[in-house]
Amino acid sequence: MGNITNEGLILACSAIGAGLAMIAGLGPGIGQGIAAGYGASAVGRNPGAKGDIMSTMLLGQAVAETTGLYSFAVAIILVFANPLLGKLK
Amino acid sequence: MLNDIAPMLLSTGQDVDVGITGYFCYHLFGQELYLTDTHVALLIVVAALIIFALCANRAIKKADPYAPPGKFLNIIEMLVEAVDNLTRANMGEAHGYKFSNYIGTLFAFVLLANISGLFGLRAPTADYGTTLGFALVTFVLIHYNGFKYQKIGHITKLFDPVILTPINIIGELATPLSMSLRLFGNIMSGTVMLGLIYGLIPKLILAIGSPVLGALHGYFDIFSGAIQSYVFCMLTMVFISQNFDEG
Repeated sequence: MGNITNEGLILACSAIGAGLAMIAGLGPGIGQGIAAGYGASAVGRNPGAKGDIMSTMLLGQAVAETTGLYSFAVAIILVFANPLLGKLK
Repeated sequence: MLNDIAPMLLSTGQDVDVGITGYFCYHLFGQELYLTDTHVALLIVVAALIIFALCANRAIKKADPYAPPGKFLNIIEMLVEAVDNLTRANMGEAHGYKFSNYIGTLFAFVLLANISGLFGLRAPTADYGTTLGFALVTFVLIHYNGFKYQKIGHITKLFDPVILTPINIIGELATPLSMSLRLFGNIMSGTVMLGLIYGLIPKLILAIGSPVLGALHGYFDIFSGAIQSYVFCMLTMVFISQNFDEG
């Protein structure tokens, strides 16, 4: 094991950063779960409106997912198209 | 003993490769461009849709208007009615029918592109260029209809509370960004997950565990793909129909 090179350090820290970025997946998970729970109780109260409830719930969940997808984009950029390696020179 | 066998059984299936592969390099206007698997997959999707459209056209032309429709014609009528009902429910009776063509095309295209991962292609919607193109078409439609129905009010409503002008402008510009990132992120996350699973599972388990992989493909490719194409069309309709209100 020799010394850690500059690139190795950047790659390792980027991998840790990508993992940390995906912690943001917690939020959309909780939010979508709450939305699905209220959707289920709404269907229980009014089974006739299942189609409308379903489409409203899906739309709300898709919008709530946005923050998680931003963090996913950050993680993907860190892992597959690292912009920090270019700053080394 | 175990030390000899274990590496053989636990050797991974293949390298993890979830990126875009370029097949053919060409130069245009001093730029180095590639023909990637996104283009190939998109062309296959378009070819499949065109073949379906030609078959449907032929079935409709040959149909006898006085006889009950056959199986294939019945399915086509159901699809067209479903799209018509969706657009009319979301955009209103007055404007819905004008957009059912576009929404139907968009839905078929995005759905087929999303589930093309099931047929061994790399899903074209897992490339940000594709989804950004879809979202920019929606952006143009939003503002075309905004100017058509609200005239100059479409501009002045940006300055409604003058203090909030920058936030309003950023909000308008964020719409295509978040729409394209939503589609891209969902399909890309499915691609990454399946790539990691294929790459990390040893060959032995890959053979035994194919039902598990089938279930994962069913979730990531079919369920997630169908939901996301539905959501993309819904958001397109909602954003466009916001501009119909104050005529």
